Amino acid sequence: MAQGVFVITEQRDGLFRKVSFEAVSEGRRIADGLGTDLTAVVVGSGIEGIAGELEKYGPDKILVADDPALAEYTTDAYTNVIADLIQSLDPAVILIGASVQGKDQSARLAARLDAGLAMDCTAIKLDSGKLICTRPMFGGKIFADVEIEGSYQIIAIRPNVMDIVETAKDCVVEKASVNVGEVKTSVVEKSMDTGDKIELTEADIIVSGGRGTAGDFAAIEQLAAAFGGAVGASRSAVDEGWRPHSDQVGQTGKVVSPVLYVACGISGAIQHLAGMSTSKFIVAINKDPEAPIFSKADLGIVGDLAEVVPAMAEEVKKVRG
Amino acid sequence: MEIVVLVKQVPDTESLIEIEGDGVSIKKQDIKWVMNPYDEIAVEEALQIRDAQGGAVTIVSMGPQKALETIRTALAMGADKGIHINDPAAEGSDALATAKILAAAVKEIPCDLIIAGHRAVDEDNYQVAAGVAEFLDIPQISMVVKAEVLDGKIKCHRTIEGGTVLVEAALPALFTTQRGLNEPRYASLPGIMKAKKKPVEVKTVADLGVDSATVGAANRKVKIKALNFPPQRQAVKIIAGESAREKAAELVRVLHEESKII
Repeated sequence: MAQGVFVITEQRDGLFRKVSFEAVSEGRRIADGLGTDLTAVVVGSGIEGIAGELEKYGPDKILVADDPALAEYTTDAYTNVIADLIQSLDPAVILIGASVQGKDQSARLAARLDAGLAMDCTAIKLDSGKLICTRPMFGGKIFADVEIEGSYQIIAIRPNVMDIVETAKDCVVEKASVNVGEVKTSVVEKSMDTGDKIELTEADIIVSGGRGTAGDFAAIEQLAAAFGGAVGASRSAVDEGWRPHSDQVGQTGKVVSPVLYVACGISGAIQHLAGMSTSKFIVAINKDPEAPIFSKADLGIVGDLAEVVPAMAEEVKKVRG
Repeated sequence: MEIVVLVKQVPDTESLIEIEGDGVSIKKQDIKWVMNPYDEIAVEEALQIRDAQGGAVTIVSMGPQKALETIRTALAMGADKGIHINDPAAEGSDALATAKILAAAVKEIPCDLIIAGHRAVDEDNYQVAAGVAEFLDIPQISMVVKAEVLDGKIKCHRTIEGGTVLVEAALPALFTTQRGLNEPRYASLPGIMKAKKKPVEVKTVADLGVDSATVGAANRKVKIKALNFPPQRQAVKIIAGESAREKAAELVRVLHEESKII
């Protein structure tokens, strides 16, 4: 009988992604609810030294799968190794962060293990021993409560949504036996954006611009910088060529859940709302008081963003010092 | 080069989605149905590769009778033929079962390369393409923004948070599309006329050798217990003020002192 909770963590170049801490914290909560143990799995090359960083989030065990062939993520190598671990240790529940890597990984793993996978969940509830996962569908226009039948239950959690909680717990760190197996893909090169650009899906604060910017994102960038946040864009701003595709927030772009989302000159097409409606706090700045974005916002300013946004940047700088 | 494109018909992203009386499905009438936007990119990429290297593009789609429209759209864009898996037994399948059925359909035809959208914008599962690759035992490369096919190999630039990774795999392989890969063409009028005469094979789950007791709504591993609308936000508070500067100052004050966001 499968039992226990596994969290598949994610590190890149020796740094854990934030969603890994969210997943281990959530894993602890679920393991306690189910009265079972939590194992955090770390996969990579030369990563033994970082495994201990997970201890404070409360796993009973940290399992380290360390092999030179795991230095860069490939779907096949990682799936081979993680599927082996799962099949030999037989956990009931597997949590993973729904990052780009986690989505790719969990989907392949689910097929390998013939297991149900609830993708990109924003909440997990325990209901008389059963896990009910909430996941946005239709770009967040609908939230589905789903239950995974059978074993294993794989749950991928949306980054930036669940709380990071520290728990004091005795924890053992163990080396896992690793058999990378047949690998048909190889990473030729990795190129990271230069500068300290903050990834939208991990940002705490996002300032987005739409058609109302008329293509001038200078003020948006200033405000984002004042907040220490990231710049996003609506589909029309991307279609106009004002911003790269990677900045697009919406149903056909990135789905984001920052603490604060500031929509500047974005009317609020359903397409866009779908990508940001799980933000915790939403501010809208638009010259049209009837713009649909105001129906989703907590705070609004009706006005010209060319005047409001630079003024906000100055005020934010004062507050943040 | 034999290329298969996996395509799904989905509600247009501007559609209002309403919940059916049963509480676990959506109202399907009054929706404008379109090709999943990421699948349009997949069709476009397949056509470009075929036009450069020869071969044929086959569209594989599962869905009710209506889904034929989407297959025809892909044929009108320039794809060569279609396979329509149309079987009430498959309706309501979860991502895993859908992948099994699609993989069974692809297994029957010559195929060097499979291209699919990285997700369908209805259930947002991000799962079907990976499942198809697994069931066919071929490599997958997801969220691709640039692809090159040469010498029996594929090289793909895939997006990750904060950068891109260049990944290489031997064919046969599958990759999924991300926005930025290309700008999908519109079907031309002659294309639409030609599409009407292009062959579309209709298959059932049984035709594909898949046990119907493993697919469909009743056999989902991921059971939908309830659908809900997102929690409603409180009505917006519009910041008043004489000037832009005054409004901006008040907004930042509220964020700082009352909401304690900054």
